[in-house]
Amino acid sequence: MVARVERFEEPFVIEKIVFGLLSPQEIRKLAKVTIIRPDVYEADGSPVVGGLRDPHLGAIEPGERCPVCGNTREECPGHFGKIELARPVLLPHLGDYIYMMLQSTCRRCGRLLLPQDRIEYLRRIYVRLKEKWPRLAEVMANSIAKEASDVTECPHCGERQFKVRYIRPIIFYEKRPEGEVRLTPIDIRDRLERIPDDDVMLLGVDPKRARPEWMVLTVLPVPPLAVRPSITLETGLRAEDDLTHALAEIVRENEKLKNFIQTNAPETMIEDAWLTLQHVIAAYIDNELPNIYQLTHRRRRPLKTLAQRLKGKEGRLRGNLSGKRVNFSARTVISPDPLISINEVGVPVEIAKILTVQMVVTPYNIEEARRYVLNGPFKWPGATFVYKARQGRKIDLRYQKNYKQLAEELEPGDIVERHLINGDIVLFNRQPTLHRMSIMGHIVRVMPGKTFRINLLVCPPYNADFDGDEMNLHVPRLEEARAEARELLLVEKHILTPRYGGPIIGGRQDYISGAYLLTIKTTLLTLEEVSRIIARSEAPVDLMEPAILRPKPLYTGKQIVSLFLPRDLNFRGKAKINAGDLKCENENCMNDSFIVVEKGKLLMGVLDKNAIGAEQPNNLLHVIALEYGESKAREFLDTIFRSFIRVLEVKGLSMAYSDIEIPKEAKDEIDRLTEEARREVEELIDQYRRGTLELIPGRTAEESLELKIIERLQKLRTDAGNVAIKYLNPFNDVFIMARTGARGSDVNITQMAAMLGQQTIRGRRIWRGFRTRTLSHFKPGELSPEARGFIKGNFRDGLRPSELFFHAVAGREGLVDTAVKTSQSGYMQRRLINALQDLVVSYDGTVRDSWGNIIQFKYGEDGVDPMRTYHGKPVEVSRVIDRIRSLRGSRGGWRQEG
Amino acid sequence: MSSGVPDRRILEHELVPEHRVLSFEEAIALLRKLGVKPWQLPQISLNDPVVRLLNAKPGDIIEIKRRSPTGGVHIAYRLVVAYERRA
Repeated sequence: MVARVERFEEPFVIEKIVFGLLSPQEIRKLAKVTIIRPDVYEADGSPVVGGLRDPHLGAIEPGERCPVCGNTREECPGHFGKIELARPVLLPHLGDYIYMMLQSTCRRCGRLLLPQDRIEYLRRIYVRLKEKWPRLAEVMANSIAKEASDVTECPHCGERQFKVRYIRPIIFYEKRPEGEVRLTPIDIRDRLERIPDDDVMLLGVDPKRARPEWMVLTVLPVPPLAVRPSITLETGLRAEDDLTHALAEIVRENEKLKNFIQTNAPETMIEDAWLTLQHVIAAYIDNELPNIYQLTHRRRRPLKTLAQRLKGKEGRLRGNLSGKRVNFSARTVISPDPLISINEVGVPVEIAKILTVQMVVTPYNIEEARRYVLNGPFKWPGATFVYKARQGRKIDLRYQKNYKQLAEELEPGDIVERHLINGDIVLFNRQPTLHRMSIMGHIVRVMPGKTFRINLLVCPPYNADFDGDEMNLHVPRLEEARAEARELLLVEKHILTPRYGGPIIGGRQDYISGAYLLTIKTTLLTLEEVSRIIARSEAPVDLMEPAILRPKPLYTGKQIVSLFLPRDLNFRGKAKINAGDLKCENENCMNDSFIVVEKGKLLMGVLDKNAIGAEQPNNLLHVIALEYGESKAREFLDTIFRSFIRVLEVKGLSMAYSDIEIPKEAKDEIDRLTEEARREVEELIDQYRRGTLELIPGRTAEESLELKIIERLQKLRTDAGNVAIKYLNPFNDVFIMARTGARGSDVNITQMAAMLGQQTIRGRRIWRGFRTRTLSHFKPGELSPEARGFIKGNFRDGLRPSELFFHAVAGREGLVDTAVKTSQSGYMQRRLINALQDLVVSYDGTVRDSWGNIIQFKYGEDGVDPMRTYHGKPVEVSRVIDRIRSLRGSRGGWRQEG
Repeated sequence: MSSGVPDRRILEHELVPEHRVLSFEEAIALLRKLGVKPWQLPQISLNDPVVRLLNAKPGDIIEIKRRSPTGGVHIAYRLVVAYERRA
């Protein structure tokens, strides 16, 4: 899809990457200039010769010619310089290797500390191992090093060996009998130089690529200017890169040391300067090493040196290589639109005019392409660019006047960069991108307004709501990518989740209330009402005969639902309201809480969270998606779910103060229960004070008392709640919402209507606050329920000041918990994904990593794709039986009893 | 390495699955079937108590029949190696 056909060089194939150390010779060969001055610019503003901006380090100013390669800044690759160190310096990050080599080789002759015949024996094995099992060879090298490091006398020259002590990152001591002696980098380099190549190999190092003595620098490479560009501030002042500052420090210390040596300064001064140089070079490589003086900017911010450029979230690896910035993307606030398909996304015109898709002009689409060009870049649907294939020219329509002429001149082969239009596929994403459903493919629907619009049913997979959430949109550029998005990423392909076998897309809140209100037995609808409800679904359906003919024709809600169910669907399941008084075990039950769908007819049961809810395995949606396919499930979601909303629009669903009002009798009953509990708790406290409290095994008296009190008060709240619920009207909207699973729970109702109950911190009653009591409202040492965070009040009647405080305390704990939990589980997830990301289920069913190593012999040990299961079960036997029964067309003798 | 032979009774322990050393022919057939080199298999230490009881040598392949919560019996293969995997 590139406009200009570019000529590519014959591509190189990267066969392997080898890491090694630079030898001093190589560094000197690479270097085009020796840096000897820490300053950057002369007084007149020209770069200092032999300074850190010496022109030989590469051309980087516009129009500058490189004195080394003769190129301008576009072509000049940049050239290294060098700093000749006055004394050698250790490379701090290789300290562990230096330590290992010092310990396992002779301090005089440099040989590996093992007998000659043993060395030869090991070498024979090692060479063969290296060839065939390179990873094993690494392990062998480690064990050789370990074996040699324990030897106390050199088997080659008989020299006595001493232990070495290493203080990270650059200090080495030798433990001689007369005491510890510091090993200078010169000593270390001498010893490393003496190790013969053959012995180096046995320690797991390839001497051709990394001679041990190269771990001690004698000359330091200075990176080209392109690596550490300076920036010009608005004031005209130049600010240098952190690396340049660090290098300047190195040059300064190096010149100081050189000067001391030349002028025969006292040995202690030389030693000091040498040590400083080592520290500065260590900091240049990694400014966060332990026991190192950090280099800082004027006594404050630490410099970002080499390691800091790579490390961490903003570092080169995580920030630039794993995480790139992209074009052809958009981000804005999301808002709901229940009338678009779940596969669609509403895109503001403003955004559609910026995001573009390339279309190649063919004889078949040339008229369409002309229309876009004619509209120009500012009128949707238009085009922003035209690439003329024959002229190899790119025309920016923003600066063109004559769209008409351009449109006429279009010819097959040209490419038009056209606006996003209805029907284009895009990727839609909400962070945190925790699972694959966090990025799905949507079909564009361009709309007025400034927000992205999504169907409410896709909120669960994205975990989105509309309290200000923003989402990202990406336009795939290639035909391949678009095809892939349509086939694999489209929302309907993700109705079922691979996380657990079940649908992740489904109704929530109003959808559930609406479905419930539509399907309850008392809902009888006239033809007009039915028409209104069905019309919203925009689906062509044939109405059946009404269930009730006289005195006037009335339809049941279940009939309406049946219109949308697949013809041969059979389904049985319990509704969410199937609990307490409305318990039903099978179809022989009048509570309407057992769902029966027979041949596509909803015969019994109400639809609530358990039938059409999101993230509810083995529900109606799940069965439709599994057995009739995703597109059928999408159709179901796109049609009847709108009708559910319409039901609420017709009937109305709200919450009133009176919905949580309970009669006087209920209040009295709750008061009685409370009194009873209070007496029992007093009794417990009494027993505790007398020492006659029955102890819980493994608990102290205090703990036993607390546990018993909490248990009793917990029971009180449940009892109070049950009383309140008993007196509530079952057609009360709050009650309906809680029972159908649309929103809220029995606990919420209890807290609104009856009492808040015991507040806890870390599972205990509230104990913190003043020295001997929680608040000054109570007596010192008081253990009564009220003094320890028991709240008798409810939200409807209001709380007392102390109660409000206790509630706030417990509420804060919840907030802290969520904050801590998200950060911890986020990090855990990151580590897991990093470990598992390249694993693949191969065609033979084994799980392998990218090297072909086998991780598991059969995926999940059973080879089952959880996405295509009934909540983990690959086959649901009862459904198979149902199916056979319906195929036989008879129910006789097959009906299950009990 | 600790000396001494592990107690044979561990083989009967309910948490110890059935181990078996594959014959040379079986091992070749397995590697061919999976299309892998021996080191691409999961590994098991030579010092593993069961491996010591079976008298397996480095390079042997051990078949382990495990009871699996998802898949009934799951058969895994492990290559006996003479070193412990580094942490």
